Amino acid sequence: MSGLHPRSLLPVLRPGAGRRLRRDALLFALMICVYLAAGSLVKNSYYQLMLTLVPIWAAMGLSWNLFSGYSGLISFGHAAFIGVGAYTVALSAAYLCVTPWLSIPAGAVLGGVAAVLIGLPTFRLRGHYFALAMLAYPLLMLYVLQYLGFQEVALPMQREHPAAWLQFADRRMDMLVAAGLLVVAMGISMVVENSAFGLSLMALRQNELAAEAAGLNPRRLKMKALALSGALAAAAGGLYACVLLVVTPDAVFGMLTSAQALVIAMFGGVGTYWGPLIGAIVLIPLAETLQAEVGDIIPGIQGVVYGSAIILIMMVAPDGLFWTVRDRLQRRRPMAPAPAADIAPMRTQVTAFRTEAAGPLLVVEGLSRAFGGLRAVDDVSFSVTPGQVLGIIGPNGAGKTTLFNLINGVLPADAGTVTLGGKSLGGLSLHQIARSGVGRTFQVVRSFPRLPLLDNVIVGAYGAGLEGAVAAESACLALERTGLHHLAATLAGGLTNKQQRLMELARALAGRPRVLLLDETLAGLGHEECDDVLLVLERLRDEGLTIVIIEHTMHAMLRIADEFLVVDHGKMLARGSPHSVLEDRRVVEAYLGSKWAAKCSK
Amino acid sequence: MSDPSVFFENLINALAAGLTIGCIYGLMCSGLGLIFGVMRVVNFAQGELLMLGMFITFYMVTSWGVLSFLGPAAPLVGALIAGPVMFVGGMMIHRFLLTRVSGLRTTGSADEGHFGQLIITLGISLILQNGGLMLFGSTPRSVQTTLSSSAWTFDTGIGEALLFMNKARVIACLVAIVVAILLYFLLERSWLGRSLRASADNATAATYTGVDVSRAHRIAFGLGSAVTAIAGGLIATSISFTPFSGIDYVIIMYSGVVLGGMGSILGAFWGGLTIGFVQQLSALVLPPQLQNAAIFVVFLLIITLRPEGLFGRSAERA
Repeated sequence: MSGLHPRSLLPVLRPGAGRRLRRDALLFALMICVYLAAGSLVKNSYYQLMLTLVPIWAAMGLSWNLFSGYSGLISFGHAAFIGVGAYTVALSAAYLCVTPWLSIPAGAVLGGVAAVLIGLPTFRLRGHYFALAMLAYPLLMLYVLQYLGFQEVALPMQREHPAAWLQFADRRMDMLVAAGLLVVAMGISMVVENSAFGLSLMALRQNELAAEAAGLNPRRLKMKALALSGALAAAAGGLYACVLLVVTPDAVFGMLTSAQALVIAMFGGVGTYWGPLIGAIVLIPLAETLQAEVGDIIPGIQGVVYGSAIILIMMVAPDGLFWTVRDRLQRRRPMAPAPAADIAPMRTQVTAFRTEAAGPLLVVEGLSRAFGGLRAVDDVSFSVTPGQVLGIIGPNGAGKTTLFNLINGVLPADAGTVTLGGKSLGGLSLHQIARSGVGRTFQVVRSFPRLPLLDNVIVGAYGAGLEGAVAAESACLALERTGLHHLAATLAGGLTNKQQRLMELARALAGRPRVLLLDETLAGLGHEECDDVLLVLERLRDEGLTIVIIEHTMHAMLRIADEFLVVDHGKMLARGSPHSVLEDRRVVEAYLGSKWAAKCSK
Repeated sequence: MSDPSVFFENLINALAAGLTIGCIYGLMCSGLGLIFGVMRVVNFAQGELLMLGMFITFYMVTSWGVLSFLGPAAPLVGALIAGPVMFVGGMMIHRFLLTRVSGLRTTGSADEGHFGQLIITLGISLILQNGGLMLFGSTPRSVQTTLSSSAWTFDTGIGEALLFMNKARVIACLVAIVVAILLYFLLERSWLGRSLRASADNATAATYTGVDVSRAHRIAFGLGSAVTAIAGGLIATSISFTPFSGIDYVIIMYSGVVLGGMGSILGAFWGGLTIGFVQQLSALVLPPQLQNAAIFVVFLLIITLRPEGLFGRSAERA
């Protein structure tokens, strides 16, 4: 990675990431220099070994963070990859006479392959099940290697060619090689964290359903992350084998190894490349020193230290040291004055939404879905023409959200078809439907509180398959349309409830949808806040965006919807212009009830 | 003796061993299933709770020998003593460590607190494993009585095949069944069981009807720990164990619980029993080192092909 020219990486990076990267890379380079300078002064071979282990474990922690930290899927089985790397190096040195310079990269490839093979079945699982399954893989490998008779594989001594076999007489050279590994690991982590790919992974962690509804393909993202992480862990495991000189299944496939990679990352901070670095710098010397000083008298002290470290960190600073310290520093800093206008007027005339061919854009025909005996959506048909705003109303539990879930593929329909611009959406998965142009907001808004607003919105553009400058442009335009462009650099955690709703809207707009499904965008907002959001929605309508909206607030619906669709018990009750629907005696009496009738007469 | 007859003898003996071991597995799975069912917490430290049950029995019976006057019944009494001890231990673990990351505090949070729970129980597991190493040493231990090395022999009447039933195992199996039945009645028939099940169904709603959910969770964790520790004491008479033995059993327990449908305690018992059969039958075709590997493969197969379990409906909500 580091060999690539910075400019060639630019399309991969997110807007604004360049400055952050330059600053962090400089800081990291400084740390490496300090490490090497300090290391060259150490004469005691035991402390040299300890110092060599710090970057190796930091790399293992980084590899764990690369997958679990960003995607939020906890892996208890990274020892599987570390072990694959370690055994590849040990076995090829002992039996094939291959130098680690070749077997470490080969091990990394095998680690990536192992990750894909593990990922294929395991990504079908969620939450608990995923974590449990990951626990089983390294232990399975451990038993198999014990059975095959590789209880202890020693790397043969090659004192004549120390450089070729990474068996330097001067152990300070080990530190140099380990630092090289860390530079690679850190480089990969830095690029990933600041790239579209990294942000997409974090979006999965936030809300997998919403991320997929924005067009991201969760399986592919997770697979890429695990393969990269597995390869890195295996490379670190390979170098670990060179340093240890003797490899046993327990040492590389054992539960403590998986736990150690995880603890290092958790302790330092999850979801940031500084985390594993801090974790390794603090924990490795601590555990190793304890092991050396009292390990003979008190065996198992290392495990107790790691166990206590994670319990303590979960109790005191559940996000890890880095985030806790950073959040505290930021709180102490005086808050930036709140922007005068919380919604800015539009600066320029923005380009209009794409023009669609005449005729219906979204056509729903005979859509049905039952849950057991309950017919949640029962034979619903309607069509929406370009630029139209269709309001769907109905009491709680009428099947409105289920209808949306059927349209954009969250749930498969039992019967019926959905077509967009003449193209059938039947059989497509959620993210494919999103990419065809169906945008959607959800009732629950989830943001990346520690990332700027622009990053929160641009993920919608990445979901739609936009890249680089185009994605940035689309996100900026979406911010402009929702009146948030003056807050682009504000951290999303500091936004008001209303601004978060608009952010959600902007995220959906950034994907340039052809039709937008809005699920109770106004829920939980006060009267005036509602007005502000409605202004934005009216503007979108006037610019020609096609919208289907679910909303309970009737005055809001009357302002923006061209047509109403009334749903009750899963069935369509009425459809037509707002006033004809509301004057329909059937609807008023049978569904809206006397309450609304009373309000009308006011 | 002909080959088919040897195979038959091996088969019925494997089935008998699967039944006796399986009932004890079933009991340990019930403990884990109870904790998961009520609290929705995946407890990685369950294997270590089992290990503590083994060592409590070991110290009572063999090392300190306080119970040795009971003769062959000593391990059973030791296992039953491990129960209340670990009940208190489990309640303390819940009170001081798990309340921070489970229960009402986390319902509705982004991942219902799974992240924190997994990490904390992993920490507890590491401390108990390695703390166990400090206290108990790494020498493999076992609890031997006169019954451990004697068996009832039955003539099957088919060829010359004989069925051997290890006496210690059969008795341990019977005790396991009795404890499992008691647990079942406690949960199904008592007021305590009702409040546990109410907390399991919907913690928030249970609070509104006056159930002290955090107390219910504490009791569930204590009971689950106790039941698993009793199972540990019962199995201690037929195997040797070290402070690191928990990890092997944690996979066995999770296989059983997942097989039975996570959240169902009765299902967990059947699941554990099934795993017992799988383990013993795999011994017919696989070398001993790969027996645990066979369980892992079965576990991975179940979890990927049928995560809702063979005996239950899905407990994981999307």
